[in-house]
Amino acid sequence: MKKKRVVLTFPPDMIDQPITYHLVKEHDLMINILRANITPKEQGRLVVEMIGKKSSLDTGMAYLSGLGVEVQPLAQDIKWHEKKCIHCTACISICPSGALNVDREEMLVTFLKDKCIACELCIPVCPYRAIEIQF
Amino acid sequence: MAKTIKEINERIKKGKAVVVTAEEVIELAGKKGVRKTAQEVDVVTTGTFGPMCSSGAYFNFGHSRPRIKCGGGTAYLNNVPAYGGFAAVDLYIGATAIPDEDPKNSVFPGEFNYGGGHVIEELVSGKDVQLVVTTYGTDCYPRDKLETWINIKDLNEAVLFNPRNCYQNYNVAVNLSDKVIYTYMGVLQPRLGNATYCSAGQLSPLLNDPYYKTIGIGTRIFLGGGIGYVSWNGTQHNPTVKRGKNGIPTSPAGTIAVMGDLKQMSSNWLKGASFTGYGGTLTVGIGIPIPILNEEILKYTTMKDEDIKAQIVDYSQSYPQVQPGSLGEVNYKQLKSGSINVNGKKARTGSLSSYAKAREIANILKNWIGKGTFLLSEPVAPLASADSGVTFKLLKERPLKKSRRK
Ligand code: SF4
Ligand code: SF4
Repeated sequence: MKKKRVVLTFPPDMIDQPITYHLVKEHDLMINILRANITPKEQGRLVVEMIGKKSSLDTGMAYLSGLGVEVQPLAQDIKWHEKKCIHCTACISICPSGALNVDREEMLVTFLKDKCIACELCIPVCPYRAIEIQF
Repeated sequence: MAKTIKEINERIKKGKAVVVTAEEVIELAGKKGVRKTAQEVDVVTTGTFGPMCSSGAYFNFGHSRPRIKCGGGTAYLNNVPAYGGFAAVDLYIGATAIPDEDPKNSVFPGEFNYGGGHVIEELVSGKDVQLVVTTYGTDCYPRDKLETWINIKDLNEAVLFNPRNCYQNYNVAVNLSDKVIYTYMGVLQPRLGNATYCSAGQLSPLLNDPYYKTIGIGTRIFLGGGIGYVSWNGTQHNPTVKRGKNGIPTSPAGTIAVMGDLKQMSSNWLKGASFTGYGGTLTVGIGIPIPILNEEILKYTTMKDEDIKAQIVDYSQSYPQVQPGSLGEVNYKQLKSGSINVNGKKARTGSLSSYAKAREIANILKNWIGKGTFLLSEPVAPLASADSGVTFKLLKERPLKKSRRK
């Protein structure tokens, strides 16, 4: 079993299609929706965790690309600029995944990319714009 | 045995002074006792690095040929309005100023990516800054337009002058409402989703000298990476608030006005900050040395995070509407642990002031004093203290239409 976290960007005309259903049913994947952001008439964004065999993941990804869904690995989505960070900890109280975390002895902040679910809650919080979304 | 600042300075010059940080002194006094520690230690260094409104810088950019007078006109630095209504080529740039064309909160919440705080950061870092002056001509100052690059190294004087910094304690902010709110205390999640605070606690300068027994007008300090001075009490100085038995105020209390040569400072310790939905400001690094003149003064420096209490305030309703009332009292040890209990609910905590950087500042100052490059100064006048009767008043509004000018 393999695990993959990806950001799916749907064109506006595809928002109402049962894509996750097909992924589960036809590609034998377990889909964990980490975050959904869909606004009518605009594009939709879905952050999902897909779990399944490597072959299933490959066919699932090919299916999505074929439909015109943009697939990006999640880890590239959020960038923490260590040099800009002053280690205030303002972002710590809102990060739901523990990706932004603080060593309570040193009071220094670190970013654990693997844990980040790209919810973007930290973006408006950092006064030094040390966290950035990268598209 | 009591010491004097003069005696301490003699030891600093000889490289013999014993200097510890406000964290180290806690441990030291725990081991050796207050009495012995007070005899041994000469100076305790403190530090803080947080967003501080009521900050700004003034400078003189030199007379142009032909001459121009900013006073009566308008001046912009990188599109951010500066105040020139006091002379010809002197300008003051305030930390919270933003460009006229900034959309502000018209697209809510506004981002406020650039403002006066960022201009100061760029000036200090040695970057060129755009200056645009539009004014009227006179016989002696004929020019009405000036557009030029300026650089800190060419300015005649550049002075950081902050009318209110270094708050002695502050509120803990929460949000009781059902929607996200955007404040100068950061982004607050609905229904007590998080709590923010803004003090270095046991390292914070004025919390280590709660009655301002050593910190006064004229005290030499670490300011923005250079050397500065306490020039007055800060605006909103409120020394008569409630204090704990240990003498430490349990809500925002004293403040100081500080100034120093901007040319010596560094952008590591002066940073423009953008508070989403609120505005811009400047994050300032300050460190104050406390001369250990006697046991009492030492004792105050040994206060720990758990001895310092702050009030939890709702920023959705009670703060903006100026309704009194605290949702409870917590100490800085609890705040620093990562979560506190408010109204029976666990709220995760985050700080706006950097404890790691406060520690770094206290250590830099310790180093300067240890090397003999920083001597302590005798204050020339004290700050109003708990027995002064000085309080911080709200505005009594007198509507323009109904009342007459007195
Ligand atoms: S809010 Fe920004 S500066 Fe503060 S700890 Fe988080 S990333 Fe660093
Ligand atoms: S986007 Fe920011 S707040 Fe959300 S999980 Fe990642 S680091 Fe945490």
